[in-house]
Amino acid sequence: MLILECPCCGVVGEETEFAGGGEAHLKRFGPGSSEENFHDYLFAKENPKGVHFERWRHANGCGKWFHAARNTVTLEVYGTYSAQTYEPPQEIKDKVSAKVPGWSWREFA
Amino acid sequence: MSKAVSALQGASYQGYVTVEELGLRGMITLRGDLASAKLKSAVKVAAGVAVPKQRKVSLDGDVGVAWMSPDELLVMVPYEGVEGAIASIDKTLKGQHYLAVNVSDARAVFELRGDAAAEVIAKLCPVDMAPGQFGPGDFRRSRMAQVPAAFWMVDETTIRIVCFRSVADYVFKLLKDAAEPGGEVGHFG
Ligand SMILES: [Zn+2]
Repeated sequence: MLILECPCCGVVGEETEFAGGGEAHLKRFGPGSSEENFHDYLFAKENPKGVHFERWRHANGCGKWFHAARNTVTLEVYGTYSAQTYEPPQEIKDKVSAKVPGWSWREFA
Repeated sequence: MSKAVSALQGASYQGYVTVEELGLRGMITLRGDLASAKLKSAVKVAAGVAVPKQRKVSLDGDVGVAWMSPDELLVMVPYEGVEGAIASIDKTLKGQHYLAVNVSDARAVFELRGDAAAEVIAKLCPVDMAPGQFGPGDFRRSRMAQVPAAFWMVDETTIRIVCFRSVADYVFKLLKDAAEPGGEVGHFG
C-alpha cells in the first residue's frame, strides 16, 4: 500500500484514494510524427525494478493530477510534485539520490 | 414544474450514532481563482461567510462554503435560495473566468449525530479521524467504501456528509451498517 501526499490539496492519503495514471514525463508523438516515434510513445514504456516516475490523480479527493517519484521494489515514495513540469524537480532528484546513489531513469539521473 | 424531493426524503436511522438524510439542500459548485478579491466578495455576498482555507469549511448554521480543490468551492445555501445565490455570484463575477452551477439535485446530504460520529466515518473512509487529527471546521473529500464522498465536522458530535445522489441509498446503507448497535469500537475513547 502506497501513502501519497497530494501536492494540490495537501492530503496524505493511501493508495485507494488515488488513481495511477501511468508513466510520467512522456513526450507525446501524434499526427505527423514518424511511425517509430508513435509506436514508442504508445507501447515502449519504462518498467523498472527500482526508481520510477509516475502520474497520479487524486481521484477520490481534489481531482487533480500530480507526479510521484517512487521505488517499485521497496514501495517507498520519494516525493510528489506538480503536474505542470517536464522533468522531476532537483529537490526530488536529490531525495532519490540520497537513497539510491547512481540511479537513472530515461534521460534523468 | 414538478415537486422536488431529496434522494431518500429525510430517511433516518437510530443506531449508536444517529444517521439522517437532511432532505433538500442547496448546493452550488463554484470554480475560479479562489485568491481573487472578486471571488471572495462573491462568496461573502452569496453565502455570508468567508472563503475557507485549504481543506476547511466556513459555516454559519446550515449555510456554508467548503474547500473542494485549489480552484473549486462548494457553496451551501437553503434549497430555495440557490437561484438567488447564483444570480448574485454571476453579478459579482461578471467578466471573470469562473463557473457557478446548481448541483443541489445531483447530491445527497447526511448527518451523523452522536459521541461516536467520527468512529462511523473511520469505519468507512481511509481518513485519520482521531481527535486532534480531524476536528470542527475540517473538510475532507475521500472515498466511502466504494464511492466518492466528502464530509465535514460541525462539532465533536456532528458530522455531515455529501455524496452523489445516485449513490445515496448505498451510502445510507453503509452508514446504517457502521452505526449498528453492537458495532462500537471505542478506539477514540
Ligand atoms: Zn488532492
